[in-house]
Amino acid sequence: MTGRDAAYGAAGLAVLFGVAEAVPRLGLVSRDFLPPASEILRTLGHELTTRQLWSALGDTMSAWALGLAIAFVLAVALGTLIDAVPGARAATASTVEFLRPIPSVALIPLATLLFGADLGSSLLLIVYAAFWQVLIQVLYGVADVDPVARETARSYRLGHWTTLRRLVWPTALPYVMTGLRLAASVAFILAVTAELVIGSPGLGLRIQLAQSGGAVATVYALITLAGIIGVVVNLAVRSLERRLLAWHPSVRGEAAA
Amino acid sequence: MSRAARLMLGALRVLGLPVLLVAGWWAWSVWRPSFYVPSPQRIAAVFGDVWLTARLGDDVLPSLVRLLAGYVLAALLGVALGTAIGLSGRLRAATEPALEFFRAIPPPVLVPLIMLVAGLDTAMKVLVIASGAIWPVLLNTIEGVRAVDEVLSDTARVYGLRGPARLRRLVLPAASPQIMAGLRQALSIAIILMVIAEMFASTSGIGHTVVLFQRQFQIPEMWSGIVLLGLVGFLLSLAFRALERRVLHWHWHQRETHA
Repeated sequence: MTGRDAAYGAAGLAVLFGVAEAVPRLGLVSRDFLPPASEILRTLGHELTTRQLWSALGDTMSAWALGLAIAFVLAVALGTLIDAVPGARAATASTVEFLRPIPSVALIPLATLLFGADLGSSLLLIVYAAFWQVLIQVLYGVADVDPVARETARSYRLGHWTTLRRLVWPTALPYVMTGLRLAASVAFILAVTAELVIGSPGLGLRIQLAQSGGAVATVYALITLAGIIGVVVNLAVRSLERRLLAWHPSVRGEAAA
Repeated sequence: MSRAARLMLGALRVLGLPVLLVAGWWAWSVWRPSFYVPSPQRIAAVFGDVWLTARLGDDVLPSLVRLLAGYVLAALLGVALGTAIGLSGRLRAATEPALEFFRAIPPPVLVPLIMLVAGLDTAMKVLVIASGAIWPVLLNTIEGVRAVDEVLSDTARVYGLRGPARLRRLVLPAASPQIMAGLRQALSIAIILMVIAEMFASTSGIGHTVVLFQRQFQIPEMWSGIVLLGLVGFLLSLAFRALERRVLHWHWHQRETHA
């Protein structure tokens, strides 16, 4: 991004802030529905000084990290296994295509029943949603291995593990990272959703409580915070991706340009 | 290999694992009957009674209508705004940080907010669905419109193609693969939001009914609802794929001839 783009971007944010400040102050929209932007930010600043908010954030983010990790490990393991067993890919395709579009929120009643308003509920939803994102990418990735390279590996009698580590994994890594990036944001959405709907402790529960208590500015402040965390999650995964794929032509080209 | 054998093998590939899984579930539920996990046979038996009677008109159809209304609204707004923003470099630079922020907000947190503003009626649910589903459409349209091939763009200018004709003949077709990718993401978000909006505050709809069953411990009925939601998700993704194949027919065709 050039300096001029950044200036335009900052101007865009300033306009957004100005409109969100002016509209309720001029009475175009009632303050009960949209408090002025400065009030939202002030409320957010106040919330950030309370212990409850930080412990809620801790709950949300640990459910996010744990769920994402479980889903990632399961998906990579299963994807690699499907690749290694001959015929497994064709045999599992229909099942994957059927299970993948099932909305994970359909599992909310089941999660409530099995785990109640607890970490288990969040984990069930997060793992289900994030798992498919990673698995699909792993399957694309392992299918992308160059057949000639595979034959070469066989000619040189590289063992199963060496082929996996030296050939399959590096080829699949860009795909796996795309899967991780998609899964990270989906997992965050589901973590907040589980708290919001089931009532597991966390940021979502705080939003729900603020809403039922009529604390409009707090609702806006917490939603803003959720958006900021979402941006941070995106940036963090993207920078991890760049670091792990620094050797890959797609990233190397980007750095040179 | 004979044709019959190949057909058999194909059927085995598609149906083998699903049949095995359902059989395994059934065997497990006979061996270790569980209150929370009824047998597939029992779920199939209540499925017809629960969903294919009065609830079809009272809950299933209204859910689907709201889903469709919200989705279409998001698609129209997303493509229109996205084209406008994508065509102007300055507008794009100015809106980018704000859009990144809005996209990163988990859409379900908008449910309590929109409930506050718009009440509990159908309009609220349509609004919730549209407000979450618009972002992937918008951002993908911006990207697609921005990335129109420069040679094509210059050629169009030389031939004096401008205004609405340029939009219709050049910009939108060139951006359509990316727009379709956005629409596909938006579809799964729309389904999620439909369910959540109904679970939160509603007196009808699939999401509402499933939660009701869960609270009343009608376990097989609840499972039948989960199966129904799964079927809705699956069938809509099939329908979308058919639409995509139709809309992007020329695109795949062109790629094949080039390759």
